[in-house]
Amino acid sequence: MPGAAANFDLAAARATIAAQKKRDLAFAALGLGALSVCFATFVALFVDMVIDGSGRLSSDFFSNFASRRPEQAGILAAWVGTLVVMVVTAAVAVPVGVASGIYLEEYAPRNKLTALIEININNLAGVPSIVYGLLALGMFVHTFGLGASVLTAGLTLGLLILPIVIVSTREAIRAVPGMIREAAYALGATRWQMVRHHVLPYSMPGILTGVIIGLSRAIGETAPIVTIGAVTFIAFLPPAPVTAAAPFVSFEWLMSPFTAMPIQIFNWTSRPETAFQQNASAAALVLVVMTLAMNALAIWLRFRLRRNLKW
Amino acid sequence: MASKAPKPDLATLPKKAEARALNFFYGAKQALKNISLPVYDRRVTALIGPSGCGKSTFLRCFNRMHDLYPGNRYEGEIRFFPDDLNLLGADVDPIEVRMRLAMVFQKPNPFPKSIFENVAYGLRVRGVNQRSVLVDKVEEALKGAALWNEVKDRLDEQANNLSGGQQQRLCIARALASEPEMLLFDEPTSALDPIATASIEELIHQLKDKVTILIVTHNMQQAARVSDFTAYMYLGDLIEFGWTDDVFFRPKNKQTEDYITGRFG
Repeated sequence: MPGAAANFDLAAARATIAAQKKRDLAFAALGLGALSVCFATFVALFVDMVIDGSGRLSSDFFSNFASRRPEQAGILAAWVGTLVVMVVTAAVAVPVGVASGIYLEEYAPRNKLTALIEININNLAGVPSIVYGLLALGMFVHTFGLGASVLTAGLTLGLLILPIVIVSTREAIRAVPGMIREAAYALGATRWQMVRHHVLPYSMPGILTGVIIGLSRAIGETAPIVTIGAVTFIAFLPPAPVTAAAPFVSFEWLMSPFTAMPIQIFNWTSRPETAFQQNASAAALVLVVMTLAMNALAIWLRFRLRRNLKW
Repeated sequence: MASKAPKPDLATLPKKAEARALNFFYGAKQALKNISLPVYDRRVTALIGPSGCGKSTFLRCFNRMHDLYPGNRYEGEIRFFPDDLNLLGADVDPIEVRMRLAMVFQKPNPFPKSIFENVAYGLRVRGVNQRSVLVDKVEEALKGAALWNEVKDRLDEQANNLSGGQQQRLCIARALASEPEMLLFDEPTSALDPIATASIEELIHQLKDKVTILIVTHNMQQAARVSDFTAYMYLGDLIEFGWTDDVFFRPKNKQTEDYITGRFG
């Protein structure tokens, strides 16, 4: 070969490249295999649920209360219960979690106490959910006397997803480049102005994603709400938040007993009749679709809000 | 070299600021050693020297950027005129200092907001929200930064869509909008191509009639082109300071001469 260095062994180099490319291919195959297992499992479960449950899906199924007769039983109390509990959960977890995340990232001094708090927050994310249920039973239900109410469930699930919200808030905040912070400070912004005008808006897509991931975990949680004593059979809805008489808003719904989708599913699954098993499949399908819809919302929000974020 | 006219006597030149026996520490590491340097009013002073010589560290003392990070410590003072304020005084609020001295950074760092909001931000943090005032000030600042004609029809567009050179001029407009008394440039053209660099240098020429400029640069030709005074720094020490043509053509110090002629650095 003209111009090639005398001591360069082209054949050996080609052999090495070929061997390395085989390893590259091997890893790609391994990765694809692992992904296929996950995906196939989800598809199998989903298809099974559709086959078993889709026959039960009708408008009556959504507008009927639970019943001893499987063909009349519906999920009205369950989906309304889940919805109101999620509202309370978000109302608890979002302000507390986002404020904590901002404080830890932007305000907290870097010392041992902060480090200890950080380790604890990361550990809290790994605490089994039943432990939150037990805490809530002792604290909210008995000590504070809130009973097995929507409020208790919302507070419990709010606590449960708090670490998720805090961690994702911190990650989103950390992604805002230091040079943007310095630009704001150099113009005379105070720390709060910098956070309010820059850090918070620019990290909003990440924060929202974390909130929705947290909520989609909370929506399927069964153990903590069973522990606090949510009812399994209920034939009424929480009182409406808007009333005809002044002051037109009512917070009685917060103290109302409730049931939720996972409890309804669990209850039906434990019945011997196959008709109830079908109801359980149909309700599970609804729950999965609710979760997927939340995730889709997260993806859409992230896409929308990130369009203008470039640095 | 800015002027061919006879150089005025330094003793009669008004100063805008003056570092006096300034030491600076990053934790235990001393980054600036006993720096005393005048910054003359409405003149351009360039800080040159090899990487790590402390020129950016020195610049960032003026608007107290070091206060943002823990473990940093100043000793000595930077007097700021005409009110003879010590910028580094413990009783002086860094936010007040940053409102009087604006900074332009190495890489253009516009906010991911509209062109208008970028320029208006310095006024917004001061509580100015009246639309008519903002509109006037934004136009004036963009004209001052030689960007108005390019962006006047798209003030509501995202600032990120501008080219690198335009973004840097936007950052200069953002700094100018709140009428600072002194402008601090931290290698403002190091991320730009030669044409954009030329336009920024031209702008510095125009600005110095109105505002005092302190500029850190890696590029010695740039220092020679834009500045009236040059300070050469090395490893945290100020080696030589004087009129730019003196420093470049008649350096008093051997080290300065070696650096300027490219034998070192």
